Amino acid sequence: MKITLIYGLLLSILMVIAPHAYHLPLWVSALCIVLLVWRSYLAWSGNPLPKRWLLITLTLISLGGILIDFHTLFGREVGVTLLMLLATLKLMELRTARDAMALIFLSCFILITNFLYSQSLPTALYMLVTLMVIMTNWVHLHAPGIAIKPRLRVAAVLLLQAIPLTLILFILFPRVPGPLWGLPQDAFARSGLDDTMSPGSVGRLALSDAVAFRVSYQGKPPPRSRMYWRGPVLWDFDGHNWTPGRATQGIAPQFSATGRATAYSVTLEPHNKRWLFALDMPDSISVPARLTDDFQLLNSEPVNERLRYEARSRLDYHANLQESPSQLQRALQLPPTLNPRARQLATSWRADDDQAIVRRALGYFNEQNFYYTLEPPTLGRNSTDDFLFITRRGFCEHYASAFVFLMRAAGIPARVVTGYQGGEYNAYGNYHIVRQSDAHAWAEVWLTGQGWVRIDPTAAIAPERVERGLSAALTDNTALPFMSRNPPLWLRDLRLNWDALANQWNQRVLGYDSERQFAYLSRFGMESISLQVIYMTAGLALMIALFALYMLRHLLKREQDKTQAAWLNLCRKLGRAGLPRAPHEGPWDYALRCAAARPDLAADLTDLAARYITLRYGTVSDPHTQREFIRQAKKFPSLRGKP
Amino acid sequence: MFSALRQRLRNWLFRPKIEHGTVILTQRRIFILPTRQGWALGLLLALMLLGCINYNLSLGYVLTFLLSMMAVLSMLHAFRNLAHLEIHAGRSDAVFSGQTAKFLLHFGSKLPRYQLILRGEESDSITFDIPASQDYAVEFPLHAARRGWLETGRLTLYTEFPLGLFHAWSYLHFDMRCLVYPHPRPDAPLPTGNAPDGAGKRGIAGDDDFAGLRTYVAGDALPHIAWKAYARGLGLQIKQFTTPVGDALWLNLNDAPETDLESKLSHLTRWVLEAEAQGLRYGLSLPDGELPAGNGSAHRDACLRRLALFDLPPWSAQA
Repeated sequence: MKITLIYGLLLSILMVIAPHAYHLPLWVSALCIVLLVWRSYLAWSGNPLPKRWLLITLTLISLGGILIDFHTLFGREVGVTLLMLLATLKLMELRTARDAMALIFLSCFILITNFLYSQSLPTALYMLVTLMVIMTNWVHLHAPGIAIKPRLRVAAVLLLQAIPLTLILFILFPRVPGPLWGLPQDAFARSGLDDTMSPGSVGRLALSDAVAFRVSYQGKPPPRSRMYWRGPVLWDFDGHNWTPGRATQGIAPQFSATGRATAYSVTLEPHNKRWLFALDMPDSISVPARLTDDFQLLNSEPVNERLRYEARSRLDYHANLQESPSQLQRALQLPPTLNPRARQLATSWRADDDQAIVRRALGYFNEQNFYYTLEPPTLGRNSTDDFLFITRRGFCEHYASAFVFLMRAAGIPARVVTGYQGGEYNAYGNYHIVRQSDAHAWAEVWLTGQGWVRIDPTAAIAPERVERGLSAALTDNTALPFMSRNPPLWLRDLRLNWDALANQWNQRVLGYDSERQFAYLSRFGMESISLQVIYMTAGLALMIALFALYMLRHLLKREQDKTQAAWLNLCRKLGRAGLPRAPHEGPWDYALRCAAARPDLAADLTDLAARYITLRYGTVSDPHTQREFIRQAKKFPSLRGKP
Repeated sequence: MFSALRQRLRNWLFRPKIEHGTVILTQRRIFILPTRQGWALGLLLALMLLGCINYNLSLGYVLTFLLSMMAVLSMLHAFRNLAHLEIHAGRSDAVFSGQTAKFLLHFGSKLPRYQLILRGEESDSITFDIPASQDYAVEFPLHAARRGWLETGRLTLYTEFPLGLFHAWSYLHFDMRCLVYPHPRPDAPLPTGNAPDGAGKRGIAGDDDFAGLRTYVAGDALPHIAWKAYARGLGLQIKQFTTPVGDALWLNLNDAPETDLESKLSHLTRWVLEAEAQGLRYGLSLPDGELPAGNGSAHRDACLRRLALFDLPPWSAQA
């Protein structure tokens, strides 16, 4: 096997496993790299490949490593890990063309597993480049003799020709709504809001630039300070974690709204959980979703692919003016012994009415020396006490948690609401981007006559957070990702442009599923699958026929001998003048006969015939004489027939 | 019944016949089927498609479609690699039995062709590329096991370029033959019985007296061709002249000590070579006739030819 082919295969394996490196155990990546380096060294030095027993030992060791690491030999992550180890170990016994072919097939398969993790535009471009490397190796394997340039050309031609065909297939190939078999639970591990909240859990999300969802408003968007996207509602507190708890029999969610409705559409990134995000309070949504007793929107199944829905919300509302006693009771529960000082503080407010208590609590945050920061000190067992009286530094979850604790201790039903707040406007696509860094936590209290009222204690400490976003609210924002701070304007522009492009990509390419396909194709009258298949087959056949014509054009073209054509033309001219050439006559005999019949043309005719004979039957062909002959033959006058 | 039907199908598809002149590989003559690797890729692509449907991977669809379309297009490329190739049979020099005969095939192509493989029915294959040219000669080696006429039989010209997924092939059966002389026995001193020492020794073949006609052998001098005989339809004949000086050495089949014919012929072959090397005048006497004494490479080749074809049925191409 040629050494250049071995290097090419090494490169393609490296390219297909590289994107997996960041989510695989470190030892797997390290082992792959070691094997790749070892194989390149063996190829370079010409030393023999390792013995079989060594490879078997290595395989068994890595299998053991996987078992220890994942506790199973099944599942997606394990499958991908196994494939990568298989590919690199196969490299160690790469000897024959058969092995090389197996490696090429393996690299194609590993390439596709990469899409389980990312299907972004850069990933697509990276795939094309990798595929080009794989194809070049493939051609190299089956034509060892050809140089690098024609090899690259053949691979590139194959790839370029396949692109229009792929486009036809992509649009017309009937999409089957999946999944065919159950998706494993780990199929789509994504970061996002969780249904438990503990000190630091929202702050961690603030470090992520990832998009949570995109919103485009129909009409004027509401002011930023009113963009509260409701996620999980948390009831139970154990002193450290807030959890949704066990739902009790509540009463159906209801709210009375005043003011105009806000309509918008949301493209939600997959987060593997059931909740959908809508502005408080949603009164309609285009997908089948359930509104829970605490106004959460729950999808019928976990959102593990991008989901687009239309929704309408009323921003001015009174929610559940009547609430069931069991729910109100739930909203007052506290861990019995923890946080005595906070309890004491709240109890001291009990004399006031509910509204006054809320104001006092917010005032407490405002007057005391509280800081809004991403890097709060750690808290002890009495976390609320520590936060309220000692550290006084925290992120939104600290404030929401402490506030709800105080409310409950003061006898006001309260709960924690998590979700997203705000969003960045993208003028290039006329939509808002809500990122993980917009994750937020706030509180809701139930007040007689007003129902559940949203109170955002963070707004009392850092109103900029609600009005202008995270980077404006944090005094020391070095911990934030670079782009969340205050980047130069051109960089911001570039980023928004890029996101607009990514949004188009998501909507048009990645979101093209069975439903969207039906909606798109029925516009062209292709409503049945059989019609779709007919058009697809016809399109492919037509395209391939065009390629075939193009590729075979040199072969199908008749070789046109210009010299002969000029001579035959001359003969036709003479034939029209009553001197047709007899089939048996050679050019010289014919010219002599014509010269005898037309002495006026004799010199020209014999000259032309002599030159024709030299050009056509002689050994040297000189382009200049050929051109001259053709010119002269054309100049030969058209003769009028003589009686 | 079934096998007869299959034979008829084969005959219709492949049209086995022996051809002369230039063969152009038209569409009708090129056959394509997927290779084992092609089927394997099909299986892999089906798996990938299932995965895409299950996980709803849009880009997975793109990759699967790209790969499958490249596979389909590779069929077109494999076809193009053979299509409209012009082939004609060239000469092949006579060899001794046990040597390798080399059949020349001339390829004409307007496009460069890659990784063409030519395989005989019972022989190794050769692999070659063809540049875009009017005439590109390729030597097809074939082991010559027996004396007489060696035929190439039906040759298969195939290619799996560019991806090895499709096997495109065409059958070539030219009226190509190569003369195989008997294997010269390693040690066989010249017979001394019927010729005195020094008999027949002469530097050059004579050209004084006309001594008869013999069939033309490639390499004969053109002035010696008997054009009159040719005009009478007797084929190409060579006029032979001799200058009678002394006795010629007669190589007689019956003088060879062996018992079986092939060994005798092998023995005589060595004698012919030996006599020619020593510059003797020699004649060949076989049960079916004599070849007058002579000398020179043309005479040697004529003798070897008689030995090669002795007692064999006249050559006819076998379809």
